[in-house]
Amino acid sequence: MKLIILDNYSQASEWAAKYIRNRIIQFNPGPDKYFTLGLPTGSTPLGCYKKLIEYYKNGDLSFKYVKTFNMDEYVGLPRDHPESYHSFMWNNFFKHIDIHPENTHILDGNAADLQAECDAFEEKIKAAGGIELFVGGIGPDGHIAFNEPGSSLVSRTRVKTLAMDTILANARFFDGDLAKVPTMALTVGVGTVMDAREQGTVDPAHNSMIQVNYNEKVMILITGAHKAFALYKAIEEGVNHMWTVSAFQQHPRTVFVCDEDATLELKVKTVKYFKGLMLVHNKLVDPLYSIKEKEIEKSQSSKKPYSD
Amino acid sequence: MRGGQVAARAPVIQFTNCRILRGGALLREDLWVRGGRILDPEKLFFEERRVADEQRDCGGCILAPGFIDVQINGGFGVDFSQASEDVGSGVALVARRILSHGVTSFCPTLVTSPLEVYHKVLPQIPVKSGGPHGAGVLGVHLEGPFISREKRGAHPEAHLRSFEADAFQDMLATYGGLDNVRIVTLAPELGHSHEVIRELTALGICVSLGHSVADLGTAEEAVQSGATFITHLFNAMLPFHHRDPGIVGLLTSDRLPAGRRIFYGMIADGIHTNPAALRIAHRAHPKGLVLVTDAVPALGLGNGRHTLGQQEVEVDGLTAYVAGTNTLSGSIAPMDTCVRHFLQATGCSVESALEAASLHPAQLLGLEKCKGTLDFGADADFVVLDDSLHVRATYISVGLCSALTTCLWWG
Repeated sequence: MKLIILDNYSQASEWAAKYIRNRIIQFNPGPDKYFTLGLPTGSTPLGCYKKLIEYYKNGDLSFKYVKTFNMDEYVGLPRDHPESYHSFMWNNFFKHIDIHPENTHILDGNAADLQAECDAFEEKIKAAGGIELFVGGIGPDGHIAFNEPGSSLVSRTRVKTLAMDTILANARFFDGDLAKVPTMALTVGVGTVMDAREQGTVDPAHNSMIQVNYNEKVMILITGAHKAFALYKAIEEGVNHMWTVSAFQQHPRTVFVCDEDATLELKVKTVKYFKGLMLVHNKLVDPLYSIKEKEIEKSQSSKKPYSD
Repeated sequence: MRGGQVAARAPVIQFTNCRILRGGALLREDLWVRGGRILDPEKLFFEERRVADEQRDCGGCILAPGFIDVQINGGFGVDFSQASEDVGSGVALVARRILSHGVTSFCPTLVTSPLEVYHKVLPQIPVKSGGPHGAGVLGVHLEGPFISREKRGAHPEAHLRSFEADAFQDMLATYGGLDNVRIVTLAPELGHSHEVIRELTALGICVSLGHSVADLGTAEEAVQSGATFITHLFNAMLPFHHRDPGIVGLLTSDRLPAGRRIFYGMIADGIHTNPAALRIAHRAHPKGLVLVTDAVPALGLGNGRHTLGQQEVEVDGLTAYVAGTNTLSGSIAPMDTCVRHFLQATGCSVESALEAASLHPAQLLGLEKCKGTLDFGADADFVVLDDSLHVRATYISVGLCSALTTCLWWG
């Protein structure tokens, strides 16, 4: 695992956004080769989404050949309800960028047959060739997506009943009224996220110039002191289905991006170790690539010294 | 007024780089339009999985619902109260010219006139949808002849009337029918007025109180019978008095039917009302304020003499008087000038000023689902304004015609 520790929320958000940007550009997506991105909701990724929107507006990044798969959605909440995850993704991300609606996939919490909807979602991921980079968050109870404590670590996309912890955490979005918070959700399974692709598919034309291995398949964003205990349980204790994010200790290519506050429950030596590695890890976001350069590169391709 | 089925094939137009007036606030959002209606882009994204066919950059401007003028007597030389053979072209001319003032819907207004004028003119002004040809006609506003002699203002004394015993029939006979009529201004102190108010209200016609010497009690009873509007507040009515506020007192009356809001027209041309009076009314009851132009045929023409119904009107600058008198006779300030003057005089928010010219008149006429608003499903009539509220472009029935956009740029 890579643990990236930044000073504060906005730096952590920016690091994560830069990483996603570099991954997409290095992948060099096109009409026959889409970059598949798994996406989360909630307050943690908001800063990251804002930066990605900024990169799009500046012309440095395009989502034209990106396919997205969201992790979860409430059951029974109308799609246009302001707290549905469809609304979240539209208002905080999709409406600001150039992604085509047909390339976005969010589970339908109002489907007639919920399990069939979940199965179909797994098929869609398979049909897209798997997820290139799954971005997720962590709940205060250590869950990833809605894989609540006790979820199987090899679970697939399915219907879940929400834990009281989660309902309490979400109440603030429903006027603080517990009765209004949905009690069930459709969610990708721990196993679904663990499946994020093994093989790196960096475009060989670029690979020769890269020093760092771009193989992270799962990126977990964790910010804030209230998530600190969950982070501790996820990476310093054992793999345990009560803290489902801990399953990623067994994934070969995971990166956790967090701020100082989220490390408050970790051992000092853990934090020192990973902070010491920041020089190396920062090479993942520096140099920061832009599609504008690729335009220039394209026109100068005949002059490239390193052609294979 | 618009066709029921919106062809899913109709092009989707996205107006970007703008601030739209929605929910009482100016939001940094794009405005999406299809087939003459405002479109919900989230629905388009998730249900139809479509993107826009055309994008238009609005240069950072404000997009507001098209203005609605419920009191306009003519303009550009056209007098709605003249019984001509071709009233239609006059209405069409005004409809086309007021687009540049940001007005996308209006109520042609007839002042007190002889029977022959009503019988001849009314049938020639049908309700009509707006489009590239001009603003939409919502219906006629009949101001008079059932008004007070004392407060007739510029209306000709000879043609004033009071209600006969069978009041509603008398009114029908006077006007020759109520087809095409949207608003009637009358004085509630006239005998038998209440049965008339009730009948008109039952027909869905808006009853307005004006040109009247009614006291507050009489005005309140009229509202209880169904009246919902006050014609040009302060003008042609008794002045506010602290022991009998008169019609003006309706703004803060506690004897109105529950849930009913009283609306009141104001001519914010800087002449008809002192800015302090404008502020008092606005602060007392901001949600009822409806900006009207009460424009006369001289609107858009220069200084000099013009007609208004049976009267002659003298224009000098922004002021119009009954020729040879000191009696104000309508206004010649265009609607966008009124909006700017209102904003500056009251110090209200830009949102409030814009709503006074769009949302409130739509609410008065019960049209707020499709006019005076940029909510999803509303008619795509809107005006592009710069920060000082000058009209840069007017869009009307966007996407309804074969052309992708129906827009007129005023520079």
